[in-house]
Amino acid sequence: MHWSLMPTPRGMSRRHFMQHAMGAASMASAAFAMGNSVRVHAQELKRQGKAAILLWMSGGPATIDLWDLKPGAPTGGPFRPINTSGDVQICEHLPTIAKQMHNLTVVRSMSTREADHARGRYYMHTGYVPNPNIEHPSYGAVISHELMRDEFSLEIPPFISIGGASEGPGFLGMSWAPFNVSSDGQIRNLEMGLSDQRLMQRMFTLQVIENGFVAQNRGSAAVDHQKVLKKTFDLITSQQMKAFDVKSEPDSAKALYGDTGFGRGCLLARRLVEAGVPFVEVELGGWDNHQNIHTTLQNQKLPELDQAMGGLMIDLEQRGLLEKTVVIWMGEFGRTPTINGNAGRDHWAKSWSVVLGGGGIRTGIAIGETDDEGRAVVSTPYTAEDLMTSVCKALGISLETTFQSKNGRPMKIAGGGKLIEGIFA
Amino acid sequence: MESWGVGETWGVDHQRLARGAIRNLSYFALACLVVLTPPLVAADRRATQNTIPQVELINNALQSQWDAYGLTPAPDEEDQKWCRRVFLDLIGRIPSRGETQEFVADKGDRRRNLVVRLLNDDEYAAEFANHWATIWSNLLIGRSGGNDRNSMVSRAGMNKYLRDSFATNKPYNQMVFELLTASGTTEPGTDDFNGATNFLIDKVNMENGTLATSSTSRIFLGLQVQCTQCHNHPFNEWKQQKFWEFNAFFRQTRALRRFVPGTREIAYGQLIDQDFAGDGGQPQEAEIYYEERNGLTRIAYPVFVDGTEIGRNGYVGEVNRRRELAKLLLTSEYLDRMIVNRMWAHFLGYGFTRPLDDLGPHNTPSHPELLNSLGSELRNSSYDLRMLMMWITLSKPYQLSSRINSKNESDDPSLGEAPQFSHFYIRQMSAEQLYQSLVLVGGEMDGSLEQQQQERDRWLSQFVVAFGTDEGDEATTFNGSIPQALMMFNGELARRATRSSGNGWLGQVLANPTSFSEKVNLLFQAGLSRSPTRDELGIASNLLRARDGKVIEALEDLWWAVLNSNEFILVQ
Repeated sequence: MHWSLMPTPRGMSRRHFMQHAMGAASMASAAFAMGNSVRVHAQELKRQGKAAILLWMSGGPATIDLWDLKPGAPTGGPFRPINTSGDVQICEHLPTIAKQMHNLTVVRSMSTREADHARGRYYMHTGYVPNPNIEHPSYGAVISHELMRDEFSLEIPPFISIGGASEGPGFLGMSWAPFNVSSDGQIRNLEMGLSDQRLMQRMFTLQVIENGFVAQNRGSAAVDHQKVLKKTFDLITSQQMKAFDVKSEPDSAKALYGDTGFGRGCLLARRLVEAGVPFVEVELGGWDNHQNIHTTLQNQKLPELDQAMGGLMIDLEQRGLLEKTVVIWMGEFGRTPTINGNAGRDHWAKSWSVVLGGGGIRTGIAIGETDDEGRAVVSTPYTAEDLMTSVCKALGISLETTFQSKNGRPMKIAGGGKLIEGIFA
Repeated sequence: MESWGVGETWGVDHQRLARGAIRNLSYFALACLVVLTPPLVAADRRATQNTIPQVELINNALQSQWDAYGLTPAPDEEDQKWCRRVFLDLIGRIPSRGETQEFVADKGDRRRNLVVRLLNDDEYAAEFANHWATIWSNLLIGRSGGNDRNSMVSRAGMNKYLRDSFATNKPYNQMVFELLTASGTTEPGTDDFNGATNFLIDKVNMENGTLATSSTSRIFLGLQVQCTQCHNHPFNEWKQQKFWEFNAFFRQTRALRRFVPGTREIAYGQLIDQDFAGDGGQPQEAEIYYEERNGLTRIAYPVFVDGTEIGRNGYVGEVNRRRELAKLLLTSEYLDRMIVNRMWAHFLGYGFTRPLDDLGPHNTPSHPELLNSLGSELRNSSYDLRMLMMWITLSKPYQLSSRINSKNESDDPSLGEAPQFSHFYIRQMSAEQLYQSLVLVGGEMDGSLEQQQQERDRWLSQFVVAFGTDEGDEATTFNGSIPQALMMFNGELARRATRSSGNGWLGQVLANPTSFSEKVNLLFQAGLSRSPTRDELGIASNLLRARDGKVIEALEDLWWAVLNSNEFILVQ
């Protein structure tokens, strides 16, 4: 019997249970003799380590209208730039973020090649272009995998995606898959409606069937299933689940982030990072603005983004989390400098911006520049690999890290990118 | 909404179907000389011969590559497990205990007999048609197709068309022709209803039908052209010009919104062909313009992928472009290879190429000659899909065990190697297969067929994540991750299946006048198609003790564990 995949011991009653369980002769009787609660009182452990929050702008935002304005140019659009608390100007419709720009840096010299949604999403999330023979791990999988190496106290998933699907764990395996929740923190099917004891006995029975099947050597899917079961069991019995209870936040916190889905998502992200989750992604969709882009941005997207992201930066700083937490703002690509016949902008990967902050990154500046109309990068161009490499560095992850893909091929972390120059002091 | 499910009386309207087919397909009936041999009879006749040549073809091709790679194929799978496999693959659910027993008791060629039965017996006709209609709906309109407020797709309409097609064993080329040339409305019960319109209805209006272009070439021909919309692809023989030439075939086609009376809410859509004046305003030479990356504007006319040009006239009465496209598409060998590759991947877990819908010359198949010859065989068999299903399910690789041993462990396509099919590759059930299987073993809900259909759709929709882009990208969370495990632990469906209401499935097991261990045996047979091991029997009696001898509670616990196991959810 392989009991190694049973729940990690993390409190007296479960450890007690496990010791009995591992004695082969007594395995069954121990399981049924146990009457104590499995809901152990795990001590409140605050992560000492670092974390990352990715604000994912699904659809490809027009960074030329947000972070790299071209007032007066034919491509410029109607928005005006304003001064900020940093040495950089941004869009007038982002006034809250403008006051936080001393904690943020705009990289204006992103130049990538993938301008299709699916390919761009994959590339920006993994640092690799899609390849039919291999699935690469995404930011959340890579970062939680690396930051969780010596971390045994976290019982909830280390990679949480709020309000969107994120990208998968690739060859790191399903146990590093994103855990998807909605922005109100509700998790479906969580309540068992069973006594702890009966739940434990069911789990035990399940484990016997699972092990029997794994022993038949029919492939890795059987083992993956077992790992996910363990994580699920950890989750439903964990005290740390209260981190998802975003409703318990005071009204002042909700007001700070704004009463929007993305606002609640950012607030939830802060709670999760505080609870020790190393990677959280929050999605804000609706940036695929092929028509009437400026009306949509001014009336809908920018106010929602401004308050939520601005609120997040304020909150992280006030709670002393900013030094440890890297914030990344990006989409799958930018949008065309040329405004099309429908008053929209189309997909554009050649010259666009991302925003970074926290985690010891040098902030309050803009790195790189585009030409007068925003059509080309005129400084050193940066790629998804370079961005991911820089984020890993900020999190203290070794850039020498190499993964073994399933077929034994070595894969460099972050696609072997280079550091964005000037981003570290 | 259309009723469906067991007991539905599809198939009674053969005459109407036949009339519809002839009306839509005079081209077919006249030019193509499709012999509408009753396919069921043909399948039966072939099956009673000793060997099926196409099965030999597969076996020989696989064997020679096993020899070349030094692989020893796994022994055949145990009969009961194989029975579970073929039920899941052909009709979309696990077998009942009685069905398994009947299979095992067959003293003849039981595997062949079972395949023939699942393909042809009236008993399974509704489930067979529903299963394949679901698969093809997901392929043609996506799992989220029709869910969006702005969508003109009717899922019910798509399903109805596909159910009828699979129920009558419509030749595949005829189905493709209908899907490409359909006009009419999308919603059943409306005037001029034609369910086949649902494939294109949401794909022709936006961005000049680029989605119709890329979907048609990818789904039916295995040619991936979406990237060449904007630029010549560096790793692909397709050029931007070819994309727009293909696109030009769709420019006469429009999707019209039909609203709920008195509102601006979309009720359904109507697909029509109308005269196309061309971007240059000259209908006799109806050209389209597209822009190269360097800003140059270029011209394209309808030209098929093999270089065949059709008339440039934009008047539908002169040249019906979609119809011309469909005719050309049916002559292409890519059509044959794509459907063979798709079907092979359905049954064996991997196609001959990866991804399975990329057959371009840059992507060499694992078994190129077999793919070609199976394509020709299908064409020569009047595109009878049940025939193809039979060839594959009776072939050697489909018989093999999923147990991996030292002689074939190097054959592991999850490592990125080309699959050699020397053992069966286990894979997770689809959400639909899981649902239908749970319904069989206690998860059924009360209510009308319509309510059950709605319940099923609602249940399935919980796993779909739409990305909200113009391309309709989507993902599924039914991927073996924690939310799925939670759903199996605690979800409503799983609760229904593991609760012992009086006349429910577990209640029946309880009422069975047998010993506790025989009841345990029944659960394992029903869920996992095997008897419990000694360990499992032991833990079952421990459960009974822990539940103070309450048999029903012990059975609930045990059944919960069976349904949550890797062994249950994996197709082996």
